[in-house]
Amino acid sequence: MKRFVRLFAELDQTTRTNAKVDALARYFQDAPEPDRLWTIALLSGRRPKRTVQAGRLREWAAERAGLPLWLFEESYPIVGDLAETIALILPDARRDSDLSLSDWIDVVRGLGAMAEADRKAAILDAWDRLPARARFVFNKLITGGFRMGVSQKLMTRALSRATGIEEPDLAHRLMGEWRPETTSFDALIRAPDPSAELSKPYPFYLAYQLDDGPWKLDTPPADWAAERKWDGIRGQLVLRGGERFLWSRGEELMTDRFPELASLADFAPPGTVIDGEVLAWRGDTPMSFNALQKRIGRKTVPKKLLEEAPVIVQAYDLLEDRGEDIRALPFAERRARLDALVADLPDEAPLKASPLLSFETWDELAAIRAGSRAHNAEGVMLKRRDAPYRDGRRKGDWWKWKVDPLVIDAVMIYAQQGHGRRANLFTDFTFAVWDGLPGEGALVPFTKAYSGLTDAEFRKITHWVRRNTLERYGPVRQVAPEHVFEIAFEGIQESPRHKSGVALRFPRMARWRHDKPPAEANTLTDLKEMLDAHG
Amino acid sequence: MSQPVLTFTDRGIYCPAADVFIDPWKPVERALVTHGHADHARPGMGRYLVTEGAAPVMRHRLGDIDVETVAYGETRRIGGANVSYHPAGHVPGSAQIRIEVAGEVWVVSGDYKVEDDGLSEAFAPVPCHAFITECTFGLPVFRWDDQRTVAAQVDDWWRANAAQGKATILGAYALGKAQRLLSAVDASIGPILTHGAVENTNEVLRAQGINLPDTIRVTPETNPKDYPGALVLATPSALGTPWARRFGPASTGFASGWMALRGVRRRRAADRGFVMSDHADWEGLNAAIAGTGAERVFVTHGYTSIFRRWLEGQGYDAAIVETRYEGESLDDAEDTA
Repeated sequence: MKRFVRLFAELDQTTRTNAKVDALARYFQDAPEPDRLWTIALLSGRRPKRTVQAGRLREWAAERAGLPLWLFEESYPIVGDLAETIALILPDARRDSDLSLSDWIDVVRGLGAMAEADRKAAILDAWDRLPARARFVFNKLITGGFRMGVSQKLMTRALSRATGIEEPDLAHRLMGEWRPETTSFDALIRAPDPSAELSKPYPFYLAYQLDDGPWKLDTPPADWAAERKWDGIRGQLVLRGGERFLWSRGEELMTDRFPELASLADFAPPGTVIDGEVLAWRGDTPMSFNALQKRIGRKTVPKKLLEEAPVIVQAYDLLEDRGEDIRALPFAERRARLDALVADLPDEAPLKASPLLSFETWDELAAIRAGSRAHNAEGVMLKRRDAPYRDGRRKGDWWKWKVDPLVIDAVMIYAQQGHGRRANLFTDFTFAVWDGLPGEGALVPFTKAYSGLTDAEFRKITHWVRRNTLERYGPVRQVAPEHVFEIAFEGIQESPRHKSGVALRFPRMARWRHDKPPAEANTLTDLKEMLDAHG
Repeated sequence: MSQPVLTFTDRGIYCPAADVFIDPWKPVERALVTHGHADHARPGMGRYLVTEGAAPVMRHRLGDIDVETVAYGETRRIGGANVSYHPAGHVPGSAQIRIEVAGEVWVVSGDYKVEDDGLSEAFAPVPCHAFITECTFGLPVFRWDDQRTVAAQVDDWWRANAAQGKATILGAYALGKAQRLLSAVDASIGPILTHGAVENTNEVLRAQGINLPDTIRVTPETNPKDYPGALVLATPSALGTPWARRFGPASTGFASGWMALRGVRRRRAADRGFVMSDHADWEGLNAAIAGTGAERVFVTHGYTSIFRRWLEGQGYDAAIVETRYEGESLDDAEDTA
């Protein structure tokens, strides 16, 4: 494990991309192959199956440290990471260990079959044999959520340097359902058999936001295709060998959540891979994201919900056509093939092609974009007609141009300290609008927000909160209602669970309105009007 | 007991028997001040009583103030109270203030650390009935390595950077942490450059007889190329600014107790975080409190509600006092001093 812990430290101790890639590439050259494979797995979000309950770990760690459990529980949210909290409070290790990363992973995997008492003994033994940083890594292997400050893109780059295999090839090999327990470094990286995995998706191509609109793009509107940016779940539909697989952008398999897409395996020719948006659909229009939200997170879908919020795939792009990888073809050609494919489907098939928008000038497109919300869309997408389908987030060929968020001015009334990265700052705030006359009525809380301010602003508001606390409710402080913030959000819906009667989507602090006294903040009536217009 | 030795007011900690305030945050006639950090030593007081070691920095920071000094352990009679100052080990000249009224002893800790850093006068527990303590790092996740270990980590980092032709920029408090690092690192590795705020404090401390390695003040004329492999000691807020970028290729780090938390270090986007604090860690706080023999403990700043609950569980009569002390911040007002 020492080599892996050293890698972890090297990655953790620099903010420079090149230094990270260097460290990883060295590791991929030197480490034993099972360790390499597990490192790739961990950096691509594949961790050993959880074999110990987090609650037990907390109890055992507190017990080992001689601390009451409540004190551990209070410390945990401040540190913000369970593995780290445990590593920090345990007494120093008294012994040493020469086990490798994959040896320790075998230990973790073996815990599942043990009786509780043996499991506890094994964990306490491990904690006593690992120095602080190694102990943190070990705890991460048990608890999951291993973030090492390395994106899959950087990992792929390092692996490419160590193996001499091209990055896009590697990116594709690393997609899909492989598990480190059942493959080898050779089988995955050096000699992959593409037919072995029917389900394997392609890397998603992601767009950057076009902050200042398209007017400054270096080529004329005629070079670009535009379509709506639908407000659903981006997905990749893989139809091969009579089977269907639906992947999320986070490489999660969502096939079983959307059973109404089953017929597509029969309708479309085998060897079809489509990039599109899963949308709740009624008649010939998408329903709001709120309708789809009810389907998210449900592994099995009750019949009633299937009827209330049926889904379709609104296709953006065709990546594989009759078994042929066509990502290198220009968008215009891929799109023509997509249209031909969709035209062959029966009307009732739950697959449509996302309509291309017709425009001749950027101003025309701007006008179309302005109407996005009425179409339950988030904005428009721009795609260069001659561009291939690339992998990862890249600038130049694709741009997203989202609509401006909805905004409301609100008064800060509660503050809470952050955790993890922001442990010593107040970063979690509750905001209110006026019920009744501004400045005279009551302040009704309607949303929380955690992000959007600069570090300097967070420091400033932290300083202020400490001086202007009216009341403490556990970790929450009620503060003097003196500061107005512009809250930006992407959507609003009715919510009987909230005092204000509304719930916001993606609320964040857009601006600190130093220029506005609290009496100039918005009212509950304003909020209700927004609900009527956009809910 | 008719009146408590100390009361807690909206101007600061007050001693009715002596009619003085300790570390007040609003102007008062007479202030007893534990040390020169800005959240404890504020401008606008009629008169200040501080240790001999703290006075020069306070004069430097607060300008023309009326300061009287006192030696550690020397007892002053003020009104109906006996007042004395005792080493707090926080920064050079820092003190705990002991107040005795009619046989009842209360001690105000100010900020303190229990490890002897070889620079500040070492902390010594003062027996008392009631102890008013900070608890900036009052959680069991905060445990400091000894200074020698941390200094060796800094030395290794500095050496490695120098070997790669990179500058080493370390962010640390201008008063206290910077000088502690100066005296703890291996000054033979390379030249040491200092941010103006750090060097101003160095000058004050050197003038009062404190030994520090040679340093070079960074001015607009300073050419970093003249000092390859340098360690640059800067205030935390100077990192990431044009001031810091002048040094070209560099590795950056902070020295702070907060660096014990991976998340905090990552938020600051420094390459390295060295866990070094001028405040007591969890064990230090507990040892210090036990060392006083106090039955009553008031906690002023830090993780107060958690630490109070812990102390109650340990059998103390514990309470939280709202103050305006800030403990160790990575973004402190010290930078402007």
